[in-house]
Amino acid sequence: MMKEDNIIVCRCEDVTLKDIRELIKRGYTNIEEIKRITRCGMGPCQGKNCGQIILREISMITGIPVEKLTLQRYRPPFGGIKFSEVLGENNDEK
Amino acid sequence: MMKNKASIVIIGGGVIGCSAAYNLSKRGLKDIVLVEKKFLASGATGRCGAGIRQQWGTRQNCFLAKKSMEIFENFRDYVDTKIDIELKQKGYLLLAYSDKEVDQFEKNIFIQHEYGIPSRILEPEESLEIVPFLNIEKLKAAAFCPTDGHANPFHVTAAYAEAAKKNGVTILKDTEVLGINKSKGRITGVETSKGLIETEKVLNAAGSWAREIGKMAGLDLPVFSERHEILVTEPVNSILDPMVMSFSYNIYCQQSPHGSFIMGYGPENEGHNHRINSSCNFLENMSKKATWLLPPLKKLRIVRQWAGSYNISPDKQPIVCESEELAGFYMAIGFSGHGFMLSPAIGIYLTDLILKEEPPFDITVDLGRFERRETISEPSVV
Ligand SMILES: Cc1cc2nc3c(=O)[nH]c(=O)nc-3n(C[C@H](O)[C@H](O)[C@H](O)COP(=O)(O)OP(=O)(O)OC[C@H]3O[C@@H](n4cnc5c(N)ncnc54)[C@H](O)[C@@H]3O)c2cc1C
Repeated sequence: MMKEDNIIVCRCEDVTLKDIRELIKRGYTNIEEIKRITRCGMGPCQGKNCGQIILREISMITGIPVEKLTLQRYRPPFGGIKFSEVLGENNDEK
Repeated sequence: MMKNKASIVIIGGGVIGCSAAYNLSKRGLKDIVLVEKKFLASGATGRCGAGIRQQWGTRQNCFLAKKSMEIFENFRDYVDTKIDIELKQKGYLLLAYSDKEVDQFEKNIFIQHEYGIPSRILEPEESLEIVPFLNIEKLKAAAFCPTDGHANPFHVTAAYAEAAKKNGVTILKDTEVLGINKSKGRITGVETSKGLIETEKVLNAAGSWAREIGKMAGLDLPVFSERHEILVTEPVNSILDPMVMSFSYNIYCQQSPHGSFIMGYGPENEGHNHRINSSCNFLENMSKKATWLLPPLKKLRIVRQWAGSYNISPDKQPIVCESEELAGFYMAIGFSGHGFMLSPAIGIYLTDLILKEEPPFDITVDLGRFERRETISEPSVV
């Protein structure tokens, strides 16, 4: 078994399983709260990787079934976009 | 078990409600209950630009902002917390594009110096020493205060809330206030989605819902809500020290200690409502504005955009007082775009107000100022 502080839950923001478990035990049992405190899910992947893992942890610690928990909201612009692309300049290497 | 009796019910778990809860409990008030309909910082607090500025144009805002900054600077000891609030003090650079704006900044700085705020005027070229890639086209001058900056609003709110809990405050999340009961002109209780809480005192710290909370108590509070959009980029190496802001060009942009750029501008022709959806229009305008002023941003990737509500009073300054119509009804509302930066001082002021002590600071933030025509004319608001 890997130690929980070596297990990275969120690769975008470098958050460990230990961080997540500690927060849930401190009373942060909503994924939106955990996102805001740890930035888990605020990175480019917007929680596609960490979301399910966090829900499972919340469920295990609080006893609320996973089906009753909701994933964090995705925010636009989905997938991320460069300012130059918004401005219609595709050649921004110069 | 739901707590069904309280010395005061604080409505709203944003930074204002949590700062008030902490300060009241620190001063010994027992049986405080804070009620939050979603989760802590789910309202404007968790959606804000995270900027803290002391460069104001009125004496009382200079005072409140300076006092608040002193608390942010010593937050660990002051709030007795292990949470790191990610304070960054690399300044606010305020850009002036007309002679009138330069004049105003000079006047402001004169007042700021009375309060020991170390601000100064910079020539356009001098601004380049602070932000080398700033586009100084059309720039007349800038005002700079090196001790202004940034803190993490979630962490500040969580720190206040956790310290309040340690002092015995009950925090009920996922609990919505539905009504305020009165009898013979006095408050008797607060109806929530989880049951009744008996109390004689209420603090309305409901942010953009402040007006609705007022209505529940039969009060017509002169505040409205307005959508403000904002976006954030991927984190990159630190390249921008200060918050760059301009009232006339209408922009604020800063790089958080974490590396992401956070930016927004004040909307035009927004309705008075609770909309907080995001628009493509904002994405486009923001991109134009930001990359004109700070060209290297072009290469950065925007990762998220969202919006939050400003709660706005007739003079865009907060209303912090007890209602004259309904004893025991306190409010801390109408913070526009500066409730986060003022929250430490406001929490202290509210505590004395609620404990009926002498006001700790000589400021005019009551509701009566509108009738008395003593509105606050703060020149430096977004
Ligand atoms: C885009 C944007 C950028 C900003 N930038 C800055 C900045 O850089 N610096 C700065 O200082 N300020 C900034 N602000 C302003 C700042 O966010 C607010 O002034 C501040 O957060 C207000 O805090 P609050 O606690 O009063 O309100 P909120 O944080 O909105 O908290 C109110 C809480 O009350 C709860 N609530 C409402 N109704 C009920 C009910 N019936 N029952 C129970 N709970 C209820 C809500 O869920 C909410 O959590 C910005 C705001 C926005 C929108």
